[in-house]
Amino acid sequence: PDEGDIFSEEGSYVRSDVHHTTNGLHSDEELDLFTGISLHRCTMTQSGDQFELNIAVTNPEKIGDGMNAYMSYKVSTQTTLPMFLNKMFSVRRRFSDFLGLYETISAKHSLLGCIIPPPPQKSVVGMTKVKVGKEDSSSAEFVEKRRAALERYLQRVVAHPSLLQDPDVREFLERDELPRAVNTQALSGPGLLKMINRASDAVNKMTIKMNESDNWFESKLQEVENEEQLLRRLHAAVDSLVNHRKELCSNTVVFSKSVAMLGSVEENSALSRALSQLAEVEDKMEQLHQQQAFSDFFILAELLADYVRLLGAVRYCFEQRMKVWQRLQEAQSTLQKKREAEAKLLWANKPEKLQQAKDDINEWESKVSQYERDFERVTCTVRKEVLRFEKEKARDFKQHIVKYLESLLHTQHRLVKCWEAFLPEAKAIA
Amino acid sequence: MTSISEDSDKEKVRSVSVDLNNDASLVIDIPDALCERDKVKFTVHTKTTLSSFQKPEFSVPRQHEEFIWLHDTIVETEEYAGLIIPPAPPKPDFEGPREKMHKLGEGESSMTKEEYAKMKQELEAEYLAVFKKTVQVHEVFLQRLSSHPIFRKDRNFQIFLEYDQDLSVRRKNAKEMFGGFFKNMVKSADEVLISGVKEVDEFFEQEKTFLLDYSSKIKDASAKAEKMTRSHKNVADDYNHISGALNSTAADNNTAFKKTISVCVLQKLEDRVASDQELKLTELLRYYTRDIQAAKDLLYRRARALADNENSNKALDKARLKGKDIAQAEENQKQCLQKFDKLSESGKKELTSFKARRVVAFRKNLIEMTELEIKHAKNSVSLLQGSIEILNSN
Repeated sequence: PDEGDIFSEEGSYVRSDVHHTTNGLHSDEELDLFTGISLHRCTMTQSGDQFELNIAVTNPEKIGDGMNAYMSYKVSTQTTLPMFLNKMFSVRRRFSDFLGLYETISAKHSLLGCIIPPPPQKSVVGMTKVKVGKEDSSSAEFVEKRRAALERYLQRVVAHPSLLQDPDVREFLERDELPRAVNTQALSGPGLLKMINRASDAVNKMTIKMNESDNWFESKLQEVENEEQLLRRLHAAVDSLVNHRKELCSNTVVFSKSVAMLGSVEENSALSRALSQLAEVEDKMEQLHQQQAFSDFFILAELLADYVRLLGAVRYCFEQRMKVWQRLQEAQSTLQKKREAEAKLLWANKPEKLQQAKDDINEWESKVSQYERDFERVTCTVRKEVLRFEKEKARDFKQHIVKYLESLLHTQHRLVKCWEAFLPEAKAIA
Repeated sequence: MTSISEDSDKEKVRSVSVDLNNDASLVIDIPDALCERDKVKFTVHTKTTLSSFQKPEFSVPRQHEEFIWLHDTIVETEEYAGLIIPPAPPKPDFEGPREKMHKLGEGESSMTKEEYAKMKQELEAEYLAVFKKTVQVHEVFLQRLSSHPIFRKDRNFQIFLEYDQDLSVRRKNAKEMFGGFFKNMVKSADEVLISGVKEVDEFFEQEKTFLLDYSSKIKDASAKAEKMTRSHKNVADDYNHISGALNSTAADNNTAFKKTISVCVLQKLEDRVASDQELKLTELLRYYTRDIQAAKDLLYRRARALADNENSNKALDKARLKGKDIAQAEENQKQCLQKFDKLSESGKKELTSFKARRVVAFRKNLIEMTELEIKHAKNSVSLLQGSIEILNSN
């Protein structure tokens, strides 16, 4: 009876469909989906108009059986943006579709200097349990974790002004059937990490300074790396907190039963009653701890995990700028070679080859100026992106920390109520 | 060396056993204790108006082994067979903090200065908590003796309180070890004996059933309570690590980070809740587990006396049959019966007052624990509300 209470009181963060079974279809009203979300985006277009765009990922459903089974998620959008065909619509997507979206976005935008939000991690173990049909709490937890991660991922994508304009993103949200995404192997958790770490190494190995804005980039990169370290440590500590709180849950339940037993053999009737009441209080404690562990995980731990990966994406972004720089460098060196070749020809007096040499030089001169413009643009974009990212991060953290403190507050309120209800029982012992 | 002096915390902590130190004619406390490495030296302070003592006020230093000696001599005193002997205080156990100190030493190089300082502080607090606990149980043991009309007159008790030289109990170590082994054997034997004996008295029959059952349940509850409070401590430790990690941020422009330090103030509160729960509920259960055992020991002694009584009856019948040594057998039987009756009478009184004492202690303890829980939770609420307000207003 209390369970319903707990979740509705938890309010805006916890969703009412948290306990959906993996095979159920649930009727829902489109609007209801969005009342539960606390991460509404109400963004401004460049022209300053306000618009609404809310995304929800819900209703996980298992399609198929055995090792070919997969989870299908409902992606619902509510928006006032004119570029979409409707104001409210939904489609069904599977995990590999999300990975495919990331691939596409990355291919198009990363060399432009955008920080691309990383997708949720693949998990062979987690998915296998679901496929095999283990309908226990750990696979339900896994599905919920993934659902929430997919939702946050999409929300981050559409929060990015350039990505929102991308027709592929629109198609992902709107189109009924997507072609099946293949080649999503590279994006397993460790795979992504390896790729990002290689990128970092490349940046670190760079010894030639580019220009004076180098200092900004260099110190920014250092900042990013330090912060990533810090967040990793924090994440490890919060992970430990979640586990210990779960342990506390099970120890509390065990204790509660033991106290109930003690109460049942107690010969003094008032004390016996008080002890069984104490057992009930401890039972309620366990529920509170359970709920708190949920908050610890979904509000704090996942936030930290997301940002560890996001900071990796920032580093990757810096690496892409590096690539653009290298391309410019290579073009400059090629141009230099072409000029030397022309000089040699002039000296050797071979007029028939001279025209070719001049053409080459023209070609490479225009390439160099193209790449110079590219590099300037990338540099400018990366700077803007970093600033935007930092603003988003500060806002995100603040929002989540407030949410977390509110969850703690809620727990403490309930604690007060539980113990205040028990006090008269203790006083009644005679 | 750590020392602890009288403070009001101890008053609150003394709810495990009640009705102690009410009689001004003999007041005992442990105002001070020193810890040198593994050895704890308790300062036992006595104030008395009784003429059997040489001075009205005096203090002596005592170590744990001397308390055990006192307990053992009382247990071995035949006269006290019909009384519940206050359980011996457990040996001071600094294993927990010691292990932590070891871990701290090992991990020193991988921590920042602030983290290290924080962990050291935490360690010292834990050490202090163990210290306070052990002082408390030793004190309660003495107070149980001083508030009992018969034990307070015990000669060995007086020696323990007064004699300002070393009691030289160290040689008892070997005997203690052997004695301990014997005691354990006897304990399992007593369960059999108690259940095997044919009980004639309704009161003792009920007591037997109750104590045997209650004993196992309270032992279980005590163990589970310990596990639960340890988990709670782990959670508090985690908050400590989180705050450590946050504090070690260098120049941080993300102010939300700094404000989360308030989350870690909660660690202090969680810690306090855990240690209050520890002192109240867990200690209560632990103490009464031992006390129930002492009550069971009384039943055992009475069961032995009953068995002896029956054997002496049989021996008398046999003697009468054979016509030999009748007078001796009669005398033996008379003595056994006397002993048994005396035991039963005093045993009944003791067990009845034990019931009342137990209920009162549980009541006091549960009320105090609940009030503390409410106080801490309310503190947390206002702290959290404050932090949320600050964060929202920026």
